[in-house]
Amino acid sequence: MAALRTLVAYVEDKPGVLNRVASLFRRRGYNIASLNVGRTHDSGVSRMTIVVEGDAGVAQLMEANLYKLVNVLSVQDITDCPAVVRDMALIKIEVPAERRAEALQLVEVFHARVVDISPGTLIAEITGSPDKIEAFVEVLKPYGISEMVQTGRIAMTRGVEGEASRISHGQNSETVVTAA
Amino acid sequence: MTASPISSKQIAAPAIVVNQPSASATADSSAVELTQVCTGSEILWETLIREGVSVMFGYPGGAIMPAYDALPKFPQLHHVLVRHEQGAAHAAEGYSRASGKVGVAVATSGPGATNLTTGIANAMLDSIPIVCITGQVASPLLGSDAFQEVDITGVTLPITKHNFLVTRPEDIMQAVREAFYIAMSGRPGPVVVDITKDALQKSANFKWDDTPVRLPGYRPEHKPLPTDLQRAVEMIHSAKKPIIFAGHGVLRAGATGLLLELVRKTDIPVAATLLGLTGFPASNPRALGMMGMHGEAWVNKAIQESDLIVALGMRFDDRVTGNLKTYAQKAKKIHVELDPAEVNKLVHVDLPLIGDVREILQMLLPFVEYRDRTDWLTHIDTLRGKSAVIDIKHMPDNGKLFAAHVIHDLWRLTEGKAIVVTDVGQHQMWEAQYYRHDFPNKLITSGGLGTMGFALPAAMGARFACPDEEIWVIAGDGGFQMTQAELQTLVQEGKKVNIAIINNGYLGMVRQWQQFFYGGRYVATPMSSPDYVKLADAHGLVGLRVTKRSEVADAVRRARELPGTVIIDFRVEQLDSVYPMVPAGADLDAMIRRPEAVVEEAEHNPIYETGKDD
Repeated sequence: MAALRTLVAYVEDKPGVLNRVASLFRRRGYNIASLNVGRTHDSGVSRMTIVVEGDAGVAQLMEANLYKLVNVLSVQDITDCPAVVRDMALIKIEVPAERRAEALQLVEVFHARVVDISPGTLIAEITGSPDKIEAFVEVLKPYGISEMVQTGRIAMTRGVEGEASRISHGQNSETVVTAA
Repeated sequence: MTASPISSKQIAAPAIVVNQPSASATADSSAVELTQVCTGSEILWETLIREGVSVMFGYPGGAIMPAYDALPKFPQLHHVLVRHEQGAAHAAEGYSRASGKVGVAVATSGPGATNLTTGIANAMLDSIPIVCITGQVASPLLGSDAFQEVDITGVTLPITKHNFLVTRPEDIMQAVREAFYIAMSGRPGPVVVDITKDALQKSANFKWDDTPVRLPGYRPEHKPLPTDLQRAVEMIHSAKKPIIFAGHGVLRAGATGLLLELVRKTDIPVAATLLGLTGFPASNPRALGMMGMHGEAWVNKAIQESDLIVALGMRFDDRVTGNLKTYAQKAKKIHVELDPAEVNKLVHVDLPLIGDVREILQMLLPFVEYRDRTDWLTHIDTLRGKSAVIDIKHMPDNGKLFAAHVIHDLWRLTEGKAIVVTDVGQHQMWEAQYYRHDFPNKLITSGGLGTMGFALPAAMGARFACPDEEIWVIAGDGGFQMTQAELQTLVQEGKKVNIAIINNGYLGMVRQWQQFFYGGRYVATPMSSPDYVKLADAHGLVGLRVTKRSEVADAVRRARELPGTVIIDFRVEQLDSVYPMVPAGADLDAMIRRPEAVVEEAEHNPIYETGKDD
């Protein structure tokens, strides 16, 4: 598998914006490993975490193309920045009452939690790095996974510089903020 | 819009009166004394006028009818009724290319809007600022597959710079203002504003807002870093075999004068792309001509041998580069380009200078110095010497009519001053080779999309932009038949353009590819034409037929003298090909050369060669 780059984009929370972004990826042939969209503390602003297959050059072109979308506010390739990267998953396993205690121990070990128990099943919720979730899924497999859902990656750089940079397009230009 | 309480500030401001002249609109632009409350239709037209629009090309229909119904209140907006919406989009492009302003096309929902799409895509690929206004079914019907409903913002998403769906009258002004701003700023392009019928019918408060448009996520302007400019100067100074590329961006930025100055200071030769052809005068001794698939041999050879390419406002299209793996391997590349997404897209560049070509040339010019480049220039002249067959003047008249004759004579007779609007195909390449453009923006053609049928409607648009200039359409018999219905639009509008149909009875460029690459199997390329003289007559126009070179000058003279549109049917050699040619994807210097026989043996029929006589 090709190397992955993680981009964070702030976009206007308007109808059709996700469609514009998705259409761009499709048209330019970018291979998206994961895409997460959600609201932010700013009303009217959504944040996307995009994981794309490719090298830094691919990410740079993708960033430049994202900037061409009028509704995209800012983009940052955070692959090489120290960052917290998380995924969340809900996993429903088939577990008879007599094996439940053992399953709960596994959940404990992974710092996951049980969010639902029925006579024959339980749902575990796990948050963590994609590796950790993968490992958790592996250990649950012997029980029989009947359903699973995963959010896709979300990411945030550590430290002060949290917001994606306002200046982009590599180091080759200064973006001019248009005259007010 | 529900009546919102008018603030005291609004009452105090005289701008509430719609007729208030503003900086961007002509004074007294509004014909009617609009009150504050206007219908969406009135807001639409008033906003267009205030954006400086005086002519638009369109076609009415159900969803856009409320807007058309309001149009008589705005007599300063001239509406040209085209015969097909594709013509409206191309006319808007032609108008834009000739005027430098935003062109406007109007269509109804559904089929009206989808018919625009070819022109929209053309404007996208050639970076032409147009705004397309489309009617849409009423907002409660959106998504219900209503009569003539098409999701045109969805359809045009990948072929517009941006688009809007407007469902409320109070949003129309802002959407249209943003559309004009986006279309024109930065790297220009087409913008669609889709307005629902109820938004056109309902009323809202209208108060003209002439503060500059602000879009938080839109940053069209860039500036290069000073250190990069310094590096560019050093690279230019140390180059032994440099070459400048003039692309469409040179013209868009209005940088032709600065380019001349750069060449005067540095003595670097200039090759042009098809769309950049008028960016540098053909008669300048440093002009090499067009590069790429049908560029002259010496241009492509010089590119392959060069050690520095200074690419100005161009995007290394595959028709320009040929095989990327072998393209200009010895050259370092400086890419002056406004769109960061074009940098390193296809060709790896050593130094991108992202920004406006004019601004960057202004910054570079004080620092570049003269270097003696005699060796390099002499070498290019040597390359050129062998290929001097382009000098069509030496091509004897053997009684046959070649397209090259027609275009060369047209150039001579119009003194190279006409606006030439070409269609797509062989004639387009011959025009690029034989009509020597010395003046900026005098060639209007479809480059990136290669849209047959472009020329006639685009020329019509150019006519509205330039009422006093001589305009020639050069089209093939294939492309002309695609949009010939616009002839009657010209008649209805009382507008004249001259039309040269390069009629060879084939879809010539496809036939040429069949000859070179498909074993000479002419599948679906032989094409009949109507009698163009009778066709002209049916439209109440004059048609002329030319079959010999000796008749060319007379026909051109008559066409220029007559007051109305004239069609000249040039019956040229049927099996002539465009030389030289770089086969698609081949190395740039692996050209199929022009048969030498064209010059040396007038007796021998020169045209049907294998093309492998290099």
